[in-house]
Amino acid sequence: MTGVSPGRSPALPFAAAFICLALVACGGGSPEADGIGTLNRGLGAEPESLDYHKARSVEAGEVQRDLGEGLTGYTEAGELVPRAAESWEISGDGREYRFALRRDARWSNGEPVTAEDFVFSLRRLVDPATAAFYSHSVIDIENAAAIVAGEKPIEELAVAANGEFELYVRLQRPTPYFLALLTHPSMFPVHRASIEEHGDAFARAGNLVTNGAYTLFAWELGSMVELRRNEYYWDNQGTAIDRVRHHFIPEPAAELNRYRAGELHITGTVPPEAFAKIREERPDEVHVAPYLSVYYYGFNLTKPPFRDNPELRQALSMAIDRETLTEKVTGRGETPAYSWVPPGVANYSPREFPYAAMSADERHAAAKRTYQDAGYSDENPLEVEIRYNTSETHQRIALAIQSMWRDVLGVEATLVNEEFQVLLSNMRAKQVTQVFRSSWLGDYNDANTFLQVMLTDAPSNMTGYGNAEFDSLVARAADQTDPARRRLYLEEAERVLLSDHPLIPIYFFVSKHLVSPSVGGWGDNVLDYHYSQHLSLSPEE
Amino acid sequence: MLRFAFVRILSAIPTLLLVVVLAFLMVHAAPGGPFDDERVLPPENARNLQAAYHLDESLPRQFGRYLSGVMRGDLGPSYHYRDYRVSELIGAALPLSLMLGLLAMSLALVVGISAGVVAALKRNTMLDRVISGLAMSGISIPVFVVAPLLVLVFALQLRWLPASFSGGAGGWRFLLPVVALSLPQIAYVTRLMRASMIEALSSDFVRTARAQGLSTLSIVRYHAMKPAMLPVVSYLGPAIAAVLTSAVVVETIFGIPGLGQLFVRGGLNRDYTLVLGIVIFYAALVIVLNLLVDLLYGFLDPRIRHR
Repeated sequence: MTGVSPGRSPALPFAAAFICLALVACGGGSPEADGIGTLNRGLGAEPESLDYHKARSVEAGEVQRDLGEGLTGYTEAGELVPRAAESWEISGDGREYRFALRRDARWSNGEPVTAEDFVFSLRRLVDPATAAFYSHSVIDIENAAAIVAGEKPIEELAVAANGEFELYVRLQRPTPYFLALLTHPSMFPVHRASIEEHGDAFARAGNLVTNGAYTLFAWELGSMVELRRNEYYWDNQGTAIDRVRHHFIPEPAAELNRYRAGELHITGTVPPEAFAKIREERPDEVHVAPYLSVYYYGFNLTKPPFRDNPELRQALSMAIDRETLTEKVTGRGETPAYSWVPPGVANYSPREFPYAAMSADERHAAAKRTYQDAGYSDENPLEVEIRYNTSETHQRIALAIQSMWRDVLGVEATLVNEEFQVLLSNMRAKQVTQVFRSSWLGDYNDANTFLQVMLTDAPSNMTGYGNAEFDSLVARAADQTDPARRRLYLEEAERVLLSDHPLIPIYFFVSKHLVSPSVGGWGDNVLDYHYSQHLSLSPEE
Repeated sequence: MLRFAFVRILSAIPTLLLVVVLAFLMVHAAPGGPFDDERVLPPENARNLQAAYHLDESLPRQFGRYLSGVMRGDLGPSYHYRDYRVSELIGAALPLSLMLGLLAMSLALVVGISAGVVAALKRNTMLDRVISGLAMSGISIPVFVVAPLLVLVFALQLRWLPASFSGGAGGWRFLLPVVALSLPQIAYVTRLMRASMIEALSSDFVRTARAQGLSTLSIVRYHAMKPAMLPVVSYLGPAIAAVLTSAVVVETIFGIPGLGQLFVRGGLNRDYTLVLGIVIFYAALVIVLNLLVDLLYGFLDPRIRHR
């Protein structure tokens, strides 16, 4: 360090600045000592909004379920139970609901939660000016569709308050999953006075008034939200934990590090590369459970080679060894998918491809025959592009499927990876796509949330599939009030769908969490909902 | 001097305007939109969303609306984080990025200047060759290679430091990102400082000083340092721009919730206003810092001051 000994050298101020900043940096990081009763949860990405009507992500839903409460909700095991409603009556035709609200339900400012609050909230949900993502989830309420389309005023929505504590809802057709829909955060009540006072900023800490077990204490952008017990909540004595922090940690590896360091009680996921090791190290802390979500490859049915060639689509589906994929490639307990609706859906048994039960060799031989029936052979192989959004997991799956198709059928598949938004716009345009990767996550525990995706005019139907028989079976199911008959229609609809092979279900996701031994009350369920109010921390925490 | 600063600020306005226009066109040209998802919205919902954010208007109209907001100091609402304004999101992410940038720049200057002076004084020795060689590799290896390498060695192999920012606590978690961010700048500053110090040491006034019997140390400290610093100071502007752009990569690799990561997420989410807001903010920052550097230059070099 000859040239720059301390003195009047110009480098000195920089050195001083550096040391000061380093000290500040070191001092700033000391973690605040957690008192008794703080639950730290890993969340994944930061919620885009905590306004029930402006959010749509899984992460936002997780926080919102701690803050608000709908007419119905779920137990830790995933059973549907009354929450803000105490009970309800359904008319014989299945179209009219009368909800008796809890008289002891309170907002976090102590005001009672009334039927008028629900009327206001449901109207706000369908109001075109709100521009809610989920307004179509109440599309079965009479006049909702016309209101969302701007053709009728919001007052026409068929919901009404009969006195303070009775809510009346009329549907345009029996919607057997309506009670399950009501558990969704978009159906939670919003507090009218605070919206009128704060406008777009009402869902921030300090402004947000909630009716659930917790209230929003702080939202540190980029870092976490902290929730505090809602003292006015009707079941407050049933809430064990005083404070809940949802930490935004998008990278699973970082989340795992923090769990290992004891900074988190619950993780949102488990990183694939560490899964096997962590399951060996901490078998009791790894929770893997079936999840209402399917990973699939879709075909573009509007263009050759897949238009009007179901044999080809079937051959490609048969050539995929889903067992090998889930064991060797994904490897976190995922289950092979031979149906479109995942197992575990209430009041439903998924139909399966007829070849689900075949051995791999039988299936490969059948695949080869079907491939030839479709007009392809070793001399005239199919050349096809598989499109997926850039991610290591998707890439590994695509590579595996590429080689399975080559080995079994001689198909020459090229892999094309695209940024997510680019892939989405290509899928929607249906111009350049041939085979594309996608997934579908159920919104509520009913087969309809999966089957309706493939209706001819469904917005999320990226394949261009349209089958009048399928559409009519789904529509007839929607008109049934008898659950057993409705189930038959839905199951038949799935059979029709599968035999057309507009897509290849590959595997069903599982939810994956690390849960500290100090956490009590954890229940695995297909919706992967884990309300903090059901959880407890053992005393030494 | 004041007049000089005033003219420079005025001339920055067309530059900023051009940046806004180009950025606006580019974000809107990217495929997809802020509300697109695997879960495609029904057409009525999509229309309502477009209308709520004026995305149903023609592009020139949208631009006019946006620009008039920017003139009033309003960067608009975020399209993704729908509870927040863009300026609030930038404000929340800024301190962390500022800290990271300042630490990296300070480290670059302290280490770069020292190494450059040492190399100049020990010219053509082994030490000089080692320093120059390291500097050359520092310039050649991009930050997206350096950062994962640092993680591999210090976090995953040696386990001395956390692999990601959110994976650790305390000041140590700044170390790897700051080093990754400053390495190329250290290299540049070293090379600049070495060259200019060699030049200063061979100039007439240094020879005079030597003839008067001054020690090498006091020659460097009192005579050669100031003129030798000039190229480094004029490099500060580009260096700050380079640190800002590399910060996007470094923040993403280390998971630091700063402006750079916000920018990347904004791009992936097609959050038009957020991306534009950060671009404008960065552009204004670079312009202002360049201006400051020019003023500092005038202070260091009397020839410029008196011109």
